[in-house]
Amino acid sequence: MSLFSPALLVGIPLVSAAVLLLLGKRSNAWGHFLGTTASIASFGVAVAAVMHLVSQPVGSREINQTVWNWFTVGNFSVDVTLSIDALSGVFILLITGVGSLIHIYSIGYMSHDENRRKFFAYLNLFIAAMLLLVLANNFLLLYVGWEGVGLASFLLIGFWQHKNSASTAANKAFILNRVGDFGLAAAVMLMFVTFGSVSFPTVFAHVGSAPGHTTTWIALALLLAACGKSAQFPLQSWLLDAMEGPTPVSALIHAATMVTAGVYLVARSNAIFDLTQTGRTAVMIVGTITLLMGAVIGIAKDDIKKALAGSTMSQIGYMMLAVGLGPVGYVWAIFHLLTHGFFKANMFLGAGSVMHGMNDDVNMRHYGALRKSMAITFGTFLIGYLAIIGVPPFAGFFSKDEIIKAAFEQSVWAGAAALLGAGITAYYMSRVMFMTFFGKARWQSGVHPHESPAVMTIPLIVLALLSAVAGYGLLHVINLEEWLTPLLHPTTGELPFNEALLLPGTLAVVAVGVVLAWFAYGSTHEIPVQAPRGNAFIRAARADLGGDAFNQEVVIGPGERLTATLVAVDEKVLDASVMGIADTFTGLGGRFRSLQTGFTRSYALVMVVGVIIVGAVAFLVRLS
Amino acid sequence: MAIVFWVCAILSVLGGFGMVISRKAVHSALWLALTMVNLAVLYVSQNAEFLGIVQIVVYTGAVMMLFLFVLMIVGVDSSDSLVETIRGHRLASIAAIVVLASLVTVMVVEGVKNLIVNDSPVGLEQANAFDGGNVAGIARLLFGRYVFAFEATSALLITAVLGAMVLAHRERFAPAKTQEMLSRERLNDPANAAGLPAPGVYARHNSVSTPALLPDGSTAESSIMAPLAARGVVDDVREYIALSAAADAAVTEDEGENS
Amino acid sequence: MSPAHYLALSALLLCLGAAGVLIRRNAIVMFMSVELMLNAANLALVTASRMHGTLDGQVFAFFAMVVAAAEVVVGLAIIVQIFRSRRTASIDDASLLKY
Repeated sequence: MSLFSPALLVGIPLVSAAVLLLLGKRSNAWGHFLGTTASIASFGVAVAAVMHLVSQPVGSREINQTVWNWFTVGNFSVDVTLSIDALSGVFILLITGVGSLIHIYSIGYMSHDENRRKFFAYLNLFIAAMLLLVLANNFLLLYVGWEGVGLASFLLIGFWQHKNSASTAANKAFILNRVGDFGLAAAVMLMFVTFGSVSFPTVFAHVGSAPGHTTTWIALALLLAACGKSAQFPLQSWLLDAMEGPTPVSALIHAATMVTAGVYLVARSNAIFDLTQTGRTAVMIVGTITLLMGAVIGIAKDDIKKALAGSTMSQIGYMMLAVGLGPVGYVWAIFHLLTHGFFKANMFLGAGSVMHGMNDDVNMRHYGALRKSMAITFGTFLIGYLAIIGVPPFAGFFSKDEIIKAAFEQSVWAGAAALLGAGITAYYMSRVMFMTFFGKARWQSGVHPHESPAVMTIPLIVLALLSAVAGYGLLHVINLEEWLTPLLHPTTGELPFNEALLLPGTLAVVAVGVVLAWFAYGSTHEIPVQAPRGNAFIRAARADLGGDAFNQEVVIGPGERLTATLVAVDEKVLDASVMGIADTFTGLGGRFRSLQTGFTRSYALVMVVGVIIVGAVAFLVRLS
Repeated sequence: MAIVFWVCAILSVLGGFGMVISRKAVHSALWLALTMVNLAVLYVSQNAEFLGIVQIVVYTGAVMMLFLFVLMIVGVDSSDSLVETIRGHRLASIAAIVVLASLVTVMVVEGVKNLIVNDSPVGLEQANAFDGGNVAGIARLLFGRYVFAFEATSALLITAVLGAMVLAHRERFAPAKTQEMLSRERLNDPANAAGLPAPGVYARHNSVSTPALLPDGSTAESSIMAPLAARGVVDDVREYIALSAAADAAVTEDEGENS
Repeated sequence: MSPAHYLALSALLLCLGAAGVLIRRNAIVMFMSVELMLNAANLALVTASRMHGTLDGQVFAFFAMVVAAAEVVVGLAIIVQIFRSRRTASIDDASLLKY
């Protein structure tokens, strides 16, 4: 087994998680070190593997490892095959790299939690499952990783299970993800029926010969799976509640990695989506709706984590829009996924650092003027902010700009929506920025903001650096587009207007967003500690734009009514008939009980009467 | 044959009536024995010699003896009271029996009318002659066609024997008293240290049913065996006392004349 | 004699036995009445045997006797047991089985 074995990559965090969970409290003292070390070791393996890929010629940049034959049923054989190629290569670096930084950060953030060891075990479990997801060489193994990250997400959202809201949120995430998982299961079954195989090479090689409607159905089923995992419309409502988990979890799972699995799935299945215009259009529409929805929700939330969660929804909406554009967009979706992984993890960890200093208060109306007392956090958060709103030369500028451009190339409407999204992003992120770090201090009594320890600030600084340089670096130094070309086959389209207009236009929209936010929440403006009632638009956005209401009305309400009807039928009809029979016989028994006197002679009399009846009947029958 | 039937039929019905209306169980048993003997004769008169003998041996011999034994244990005195305790039972019983009697009467009459029961029976002469006798014929059936039923009855009898043993068995919780223990017990009881009083001896009566007299003139209950007292056959001794006194006076008078 | 006479006698004895079972309260006398009913049935069987000219009826009567003997043995044992515990032979006193 070489150093860059994919099995080793998955195995290290998995073994670490198993050790931490099996040893239990005995590993409390050193559990967090083991977890962090496992993650960093995995990162080392990932770096070695990617270096190996780089050293190979372009055509053979792939490491395949068949660990064992999973099962063989007739002609259908599934191997546990892990493969590192250009696409999964960037993912393993993101997962293990950002994962390791968040592990380090968690040592400080969770230091007061008595279950820290379990937290690290779950984090390692997540890393292993996520790596399995991206390394899998067939859809069935991907499904295992897909469920594995769902499980880890469930465990970590509900990590503070003593809070009712946390366990409810965990259940909500798990159940909504089941809906998406149904889509993945359906897609896998369709592939098996159509191609007789679920492995990537076979499926992608034969997808061209499949009937068109089958391809469309597979694509739509995969889209459903992506919607569930990536919190896209209409399965988006779990992500906001998922913020009940510890902040490192929000940063790692619900911002940087797991929620982007849907984007990975669509990008990985580009051979399928290339063939179905319907499927791509559906992805595009879903992405567009979600990017606007998430941005609007981000405007209204006072909870800093929920505002960031709305932003995450919105940014993943961008990625979905990009993959929905087809070959012109895949590369930019992955590009934005990576930069978003850096700056969103940075901002979530920054938010965690703020909460750490503010006695775990998440309400931004209780913040204000924190830039002095938390200088490092402010600096890193500022870089993340500049990156997300797309100010050059920070990371988000490059990636978002490319997506907007690709969207305009494909459709004016999609491009306009993406541009509008960029403006709203600038507005709500500026709002977060101003409410948290500028203005007057609105701190609750007893709160003494302080900077977080080095173990938390160092990951922040690293991520801030990445947020600053990753855009330029990935695009021009490493040349991500060329790296991914063998897999994603990018093309370019024609802009409907002069290309020189795009950059200034985008920056102008962003500037408008920032300026509007400055007037609403800037230094001159008094921010009430109690949230004002707001107009109908704000209230709707606070209510997640009806996400929960939608679920309540469309799914839960009818389900409850159906259940109530069935219960009523059960009680009034089934039970009543059964109990009615029982009652009838009880009543008859009560009547006939008086016949049972206990006196033998009475019984004898009854017997004689019976003999008479039997004899008479027999006699009459004989006569007739 | 007609004479045999009529005599035995009348006697068996008489026995049946007697059994039902006798107040004492022993009398009932004796009446039933009469019925069964007569039925045995009727069996024989219908070419069922083997069954007739079995009827006498099993029923009058074994079953009725068993009844009498049990009556000895349970108490010969047990006689029914005539007061009916179950409300409406007697009326309902009589009605049921009347209906039952009507039903069987109708059955027999209809059977005769429809020639199911005819006046010229096939008779058993041929069947009995086939194997050289009634016993051999029954044996052929018992050990041939009905052998499984016959074997089943053996299992039934064994089960009945075991059941009777289990039911009638009484667990002894203390060891049986020896003669020595009994005599010690008696001597330790000052009232009856010399044994229970003997029955009374009067001038003209000295049977076991005559109680002895105590000094105060009352009778000693313990001088009479319990079964006799229970059966109610204890003599009234006042008459005997009077007779004894008269005899005493006569003897005294004789002596006075002689002296 | 005609079988009808024998059957009539059998029917009469059966009714007598039934009357005894219903009216008498002494368990032993009730038992005797049951025996009388069984004997009436045996008489009918023997008569039928003669009527049809086969011995099967007699074999049935024989089986009935065996079963009756077994029944008497067990039944009387039960009566003895009841008498031991209740000091009575009256069937009405053993009326607690319904509880």
